[in-house]
Amino acid sequence: MAGIPHDHYEPKSPFEQWLHRRLPIVSLAYDTLMIPTPRNLNWWWIWGIVLAFCLVLQIATGVVLAMHYTPQVNMAFASVEHIMRDVNGGYMLRYIHANGASLFFFAVYIHIFRGLFYGSYKAPREVTWIIGMLIYLAMMATAFMGYVLPWGQMSFWGATVITGLFGAIPGIGPSIQTWVLGGPAVDNATLNRFFSLHYLLPFVIAALVAVHIWAFHTTGNNNPAGVEVRRGSRAEADKDTLPFWPYFVIKDLFALAVILTIFFAVVGFMPNYLGDPVNYTEANALATPAHIVPEWYFLPFYAILRAFTSDVKIVELTHFLTFGIVDAKFFGVMAMFGAIAVLALVPWLDTSSVRSGQYRPMFKWWFRLLIVDFVVLMWAGSQTPTVLTGWISLLAATYWFAYFLVVLPLLGVIEKPLPQPETIEEDFNAHYGAKTHAAE
Amino acid sequence: MLRKIAITAVSALTLLSGAALASEEFEPVTKDVDFSFEGPFGKFDEHQLQRGLQVYTEVCSACHGLKYVPLRSLAEEGGPRLPEDQVRAYAKNLTVTDKDTGEDRPATPADNFPPNTGAGAPDLSLMAKEHAGYHGPYGLGINQLFKGIGGPEHIVSILTGFSGQTKDEAGSTFYQNDAFSTGWIKMPPPLTDGQVTFADGSPNDVRHMAEDVAAFLTWAAEPQMMARKRWGLLITGMMALLSVLLYLTNKRIWAPHKGKLNA
Amino acid sequence: MSHAESPEGTRRDFLYYATAGTGAVMTGGAVWSLVNQMNPSADVKALSSIMVDISTVQEGTQLTVKWRGKPVFIRHRTTKEIDEGRAVKLTELVDINAENKNLPADSDATDQNRTLDKDGKWLVMIGVCTHLGCVPLGNNSGDYDGWFCPCHGSHYDTAGRIRKGPAPRNLEVPVAKFENDTTIKLG
Repeated sequence: MAGIPHDHYEPKSPFEQWLHRRLPIVSLAYDTLMIPTPRNLNWWWIWGIVLAFCLVLQIATGVVLAMHYTPQVNMAFASVEHIMRDVNGGYMLRYIHANGASLFFFAVYIHIFRGLFYGSYKAPREVTWIIGMLIYLAMMATAFMGYVLPWGQMSFWGATVITGLFGAIPGIGPSIQTWVLGGPAVDNATLNRFFSLHYLLPFVIAALVAVHIWAFHTTGNNNPAGVEVRRGSRAEADKDTLPFWPYFVIKDLFALAVILTIFFAVVGFMPNYLGDPVNYTEANALATPAHIVPEWYFLPFYAILRAFTSDVKIVELTHFLTFGIVDAKFFGVMAMFGAIAVLALVPWLDTSSVRSGQYRPMFKWWFRLLIVDFVVLMWAGSQTPTVLTGWISLLAATYWFAYFLVVLPLLGVIEKPLPQPETIEEDFNAHYGAKTHAAE
Repeated sequence: MLRKIAITAVSALTLLSGAALASEEFEPVTKDVDFSFEGPFGKFDEHQLQRGLQVYTEVCSACHGLKYVPLRSLAEEGGPRLPEDQVRAYAKNLTVTDKDTGEDRPATPADNFPPNTGAGAPDLSLMAKEHAGYHGPYGLGINQLFKGIGGPEHIVSILTGFSGQTKDEAGSTFYQNDAFSTGWIKMPPPLTDGQVTFADGSPNDVRHMAEDVAAFLTWAAEPQMMARKRWGLLITGMMALLSVLLYLTNKRIWAPHKGKLNA
Repeated sequence: MSHAESPEGTRRDFLYYATAGTGAVMTGGAVWSLVNQMNPSADVKALSSIMVDISTVQEGTQLTVKWRGKPVFIRHRTTKEIDEGRAVKLTELVDINAENKNLPADSDATDQNRTLDKDGKWLVMIGVCTHLGCVPLGNNSGDYDGWFCPCHGSHYDTAGRIRKGPAPRNLEVPVAKFENDTTIKLG
């Protein structure tokens, strides 16, 4: 809010004044809802609302599912079937919750790539970006643990494989893995703690979301033009912005309704399309499914994890230089977390002074390639490993790192940006036509 | 780096051409069946479910259980819809272990079908959802978008996929089956033509019985399917309506601020 | 707002009301599904009424079944028990209310009002002592040839009416009826 001049809440009635002196909560809500928002936000800016909705949806359905679910290895699978067959509307709640996770990740990926294209991570919005990355990590942890709860074969073996990553850490790895699992293997102790944490983490996410919103309300929204709102006078600010309510709330709700139409069609007509059929077989510690794959939203990072096998030169070199401490398995784990780390560090890796990708002719192409790369990684992660998918994964993983560590730092130096609009008003009018007389 | 790309490209081409030829890996076959319950408006055919129940009872239940399916659901809407007294009579013939006393007793409609693990055969409660009949192309999952996941089709394909060949391995007999993941299944061919006689005189060749029991098992795995589709239509329709209303509202709210639209 | 009376204003207001209304209906539906899931589920409801086969219950014996988590006594009374029960005058009773869920709440505790059939052969009661919830002993026990609660010494007669001891009320007769000659439906 710092800087963009706008209306503030004025307590009028004696009660409002009484409350305002004690707890300025109405004022806080008013300022949040009426925040001046750049007029030129395009349709890529609606995913924030979709994400907020997903969080509420997942918490609401999750809390009620927890009333019927039993986190005990002999009963977990049966309790899910009890929800599907006996609980009033239980099948609907569970399918919404399971597919809701997919919608959540679908939205978060678009939200992240929107930020990457329009330079939303650049100063002064680095903190917003970092908080966003923490939310993303917490989402991944929550989704992973939630997937274990139905106690199907993929729940069990997914948990076994992913917690095995901790075991790859040299020296202390095995102890950490045992600590995470509460025993030598995935078992009742694991299921119970995952249930507890799966219930807890969404509230941590909710808190982080509040901080995320606080941060970008402090700096003001980024926008497609990447130029800042003029703050010199109220009149100038009004030309660049409109209040969040009703203009952007209604716009975002419209987009949300369209997305939910598709979402509910998926839930109603093909609720198992995105799931793995193997998870309808109860967990069995004595039989591994032929093909262990994570849910689709983890596939790109899973592909990076698998890309670095021991015959890759850089792995061999690292192995040699660290006197064998870093083996292929640990290298893969580091690569996977590194792939997220470079994403988090992008505010400091991008050297360009231009914020929006619209005015960066070379950047545009590298960015499009990054999206293709992400999709290719997702595909590669879903495949049974072969020599071919191994090479594709390695190539795609290499580009992922190259984009952040080589392309972005270099582009800022060699690229010649296109002319940018002076103001948001100019950008808005270029798109929607100038108003000859103001509505006010 | 460049060398690596070159190697990748070359090996990719070799492998792509090679992959087509080197089909050493067995590809299970899924036969397409036109079930009544496919698509957003698809419904279970209760007569087919009743025939499927009969096939299950007379054939499958010798080795397979159905432990997550409550007997009462046989009478419920969206299922085989047996009359209540028939469900009670059906339940009476089954033996379940009482949860409280630990003793065996005749089942009641409030009980589930009993489990059956004696023969080491898997439980069939969720069989129709445990396997995907369709995959690809190229690992993209697009086939499932149009043809469905193919669980019921997989069951039909298994039941009709026996070639008659057998082999003995590690002390067990395996039967060749072109729908099973490895091509060889431990289950002997369960159905023969005319094995079950339907009261309504429906065809009772292997293929028809397989389809009937696959339909029944689809219902057993997803008894709320019809309710779900009704709900899906309602909420999707409501959401579409809300989308239209919000589109118009949004347009009207923004009109005074957009030059092109409202003068 | 200034155009509230012009046709355009009316149309605009209608659009806003329609949008808000549709949104409210859908929100209401969502809230209802979150509330409704807490109602008894199908497996619980399935146990709310059960069929009891009484073909094997001989005269002078009692069948105890579990229903809604409680024991239910189903007694096939002998002629002697029936006669004893019918000989009791209402004035001799502690609780003169029939305590029978199948009859109006103010029915008298006559023997006929306690039994399931006209002849008085079948007596169906919840086997929970009305004092502190113990399960009374049957087979003509106690001072009145009926039931006796061992916890605090309540005596019930052959129609399950409290006659002596701390219990305040007759044993409760649950909702029950004959489905056919050999089956009683509870609930």
